[in-house]
Amino acid sequence: MVNFTKSKLSLCLLVLLLIISCKTEKLHLSKIEGKRLDINKDVSPNPDVEAFIAPYKNRIESDLDSVLAVAVDTYSKNDGELNTAIGNLMADIVQSEGNGIFHKRTGKNIDVVILNHGGIRAEIPKGPVSARTAYNVMPFENEIVVVGLKGKQIDGAINYLVSRKRANPIAGLKIVVDKDFNLISATINNEAIDANKIYYFATSDYLYNRGDNMNFFQPNEGVYELDFKIRNAMIDYFKKTDTINPVIDDRFIIK
Amino acid sequence: MRRRDFIQKVSAGTTALAAAGGFGLQSFTSKPTKITILHTNDVHSHIDTFGPDEGRNANKGGVARRASLIESIRKQNPNTLLLDAGDIFQGTPYFNYYGGELEFKLMSKLKYDLATIGNHDFDNGIEGLYAQLPHAEFGFVSANYDFSNTIMDTHVKPYQVFKKDGVKIGVFGLGIELYGLVGKKLYKETKYLDPIEITQEMTRILKLEKRCDLIICLSHLGYNYRNNPDKVSDLKLAEATKDIDLIIGGHTHTFLPKPTIVKNLDGKNILVNQVGCYGLYLGQIDFYFDTDKNKTANGTSIIV
Repeated sequence: MVNFTKSKLSLCLLVLLLIISCKTEKLHLSKIEGKRLDINKDVSPNPDVEAFIAPYKNRIESDLDSVLAVAVDTYSKNDGELNTAIGNLMADIVQSEGNGIFHKRTGKNIDVVILNHGGIRAEIPKGPVSARTAYNVMPFENEIVVVGLKGKQIDGAINYLVSRKRANPIAGLKIVVDKDFNLISATINNEAIDANKIYYFATSDYLYNRGDNMNFFQPNEGVYELDFKIRNAMIDYFKKTDTINPVIDDRFIIK
Repeated sequence: MRRRDFIQKVSAGTTALAAAGGFGLQSFTSKPTKITILHTNDVHSHIDTFGPDEGRNANKGGVARRASLIESIRKQNPNTLLLDAGDIFQGTPYFNYYGGELEFKLMSKLKYDLATIGNHDFDNGIEGLYAQLPHAEFGFVSANYDFSNTIMDTHVKPYQVFKKDGVKIGVFGLGIELYGLVGKKLYKETKYLDPIEITQEMTRILKLEKRCDLIICLSHLGYNYRNNPDKVSDLKLAEATKDIDLIIGGHTHTFLPKPTIVKNLDGKNILVNQVGCYGLYLGQIDFYFDTDKNKTANGTSIIV
């Protein structure tokens, strides 16, 4: 009886010691392996997930996939240093499509367009162009806003564009810098900028509200919300244009 | 493999005897515990595989494929966490049509464990994000967004602790400064707090209070800003802090072919990873833990 208790006790003690020993033995991170896995055609899709997506997908496809125009080439925002074909196209579309509404409403014209390079979210691939293309390039619900600017505010806009050294899309404005990015010339509608004149700048509501740190739109000489999405401007333009073939030009260059 | 759980439960209350520890116990050593971390970032509503004509992304990506890949990895190792580093929303008509509902429902089907919040997750306003929460069967962490004066209050935690096969894993979230990036009308009263200061607080809690074996930062700060060296980024965060083992990043759509090894404030090597965007890749980091004292002296080997 006594022996049994003793052995039981010592067994308990042994177990306790084992437990304590394990507990105090902290987990040690011995090895880390890191890799990147490709999600490509070698991975077969999960049929349940595909079936789950199908009804959502079908509704969108019936809306978006009819061919509106044809792109001659693939246009990417990475092709071009200070201006790109796709950026020029976007800025020109905002000017032409936006001006229709702006002129009708105010009798004035859009002089300049400034958008942001980061806002071009996809390339326009060579071949058929659809409403989906516009969604890919411009997924945001951003609307066109026209802002009256003069003097110092215009300087602010030009300084911003020059200091960013980036192909932020512009239209109506021409900027030439030297190789150290000192301003050589800036013109609007191919004329010297008149410091006392109000020019009308079209942009997106996102950028007007200081997006991408574009702080030069405020204060200003008046704001006109066109209630017109940039994406819808693109879709309208694609509908009335057969061939999409924008080019890199001289609107923002280094001399 | 449940033994360690069992031991930890049983050992509670025996600390008074701790001084008696120090047994050899070679019989207790076993094969190491493997924790797998899978991660995505900046998926931006890319649900379908890219079409055959879509440039360099052609025929890549797709949630249904990602589901298969994750399923097969989970079969190999049930001790897997699946994380997303933000910008779940915005980028395809799925978001414009359904407001993020499908993105969250699919992430729930894929059994995501946790996500942080990116700037584009505010694109339908903070109300738009809140409205989709019922579709998310996973949690959100962000330690440096103070949501207390917004509709998101209590729906986002600073961190979450997971326990997988006895290994405690603490994950905290960090978001990018919203001012100048997202319209104030969208993010409302969300307050951005300094990520480095918050990280010091998070690692203290996770390391000392929660006694985590592994600390992961789920970040939407961006990998690195070459043209703006003062801007906080994942690389800067890694160098300026300690006790983080892995930073999973996003925002800059940086395609890292393999994780970057960075020396932290203590001179210890840690990993920073990011897998580009649009669900083209899945990141996988495996952490091996053992209790064999002999190996302790050898440090941690990193194979990338």
